Amino acid sequence: MGKKFMISCDEATSICDKNQYGEASSWDKIRLNFHLLLCKHCKAYSNQNHLITKMLGKYLKACDGSKHLTLEEKKELEKKLNKQLDK
Amino acid sequence: MSDIKKHTLNPDKWIDLYADYLFNYAITRIDNQDLAKDLVQETFFSGIKGKDNFRGQASERTWLISILKRKIIDHYRKINSAKGKKEVRMSFFTDGERKGSWLEECVPQTWGNDAEKEIENNELKGALERCINSLPEKYRIVFLLKTVQNYETDEICNELDISSSNLWVIIHRARVQLRKCLEDNWFNK
Repeated sequence: MGKKFMISCDEATSICDKNQYGEASSWDKIRLNFHLLLCKHCKAYSNQNHLITKMLGKYLKACDGSKHLTLEEKKELEKKLNKQLDK
Repeated sequence: MSDIKKHTLNPDKWIDLYADYLFNYAITRIDNQDLAKDLVQETFFSGIKGKDNFRGQASERTWLISILKRKIIDHYRKINSAKGKKEVRMSFFTDGERKGSWLEECVPQTWGNDAEKEIENNELKGALERCINSLPEKYRIVFLLKTVQNYETDEICNELDISSSNLWVIIHRARVQLRKCLEDNWFNK
């Protein structure tokens, strides 16, 4: 993401987002941390972003494999499928 | 292992065996009940139409998933190229002297000291879901694949035919909007 050392808030938060997935480069992280020393808005963003990542981790476990088609939906689907098979 | 098992297709049993599996697969990727249902149906139809192309090397399930995958990509392409598609709000100045700085109304506010404890609150889950659902579809799909399904970046780029820089822009915008939504609807309500 470019070579310059001073980055904008937009760039800093982009790196911060990438970092939530462990995919920011070392150079990016250095620039981010320097930016965070100077910018309290992005510092707040960074703290809250970590919190959101934690929340999403909880949420992820909560919704695994819970979706099903209803019996009616399956019957409906079966009818349509049988029609196709008969063609 | 002398005899290599050849897989066969039994469309009569597809609904019992795979409907839920395919539905789950689709809904975790596109996050839309009705659309997921339609895609499962279309997958079965395509499977029937193309059953002569089945060589029996992969399992029936794998084969059906590969059909569904294509349909998901097609769907993503469609929403990505649709005219008048919903976009996320801008959060930063896009040009001028302050380019890249926070827009006044989007500046992150303080969440208070209890924010850390708040994430244990079960009602927060509902707020989080609502905020995710409020993301435009194009953003929501990529965000969920990366964050909830834990897909590799390369995998998403391949599956949805986007570049990695494109992916990170999408993730960035999604997360900026998500943070703001949680702030407005939960933390600083």
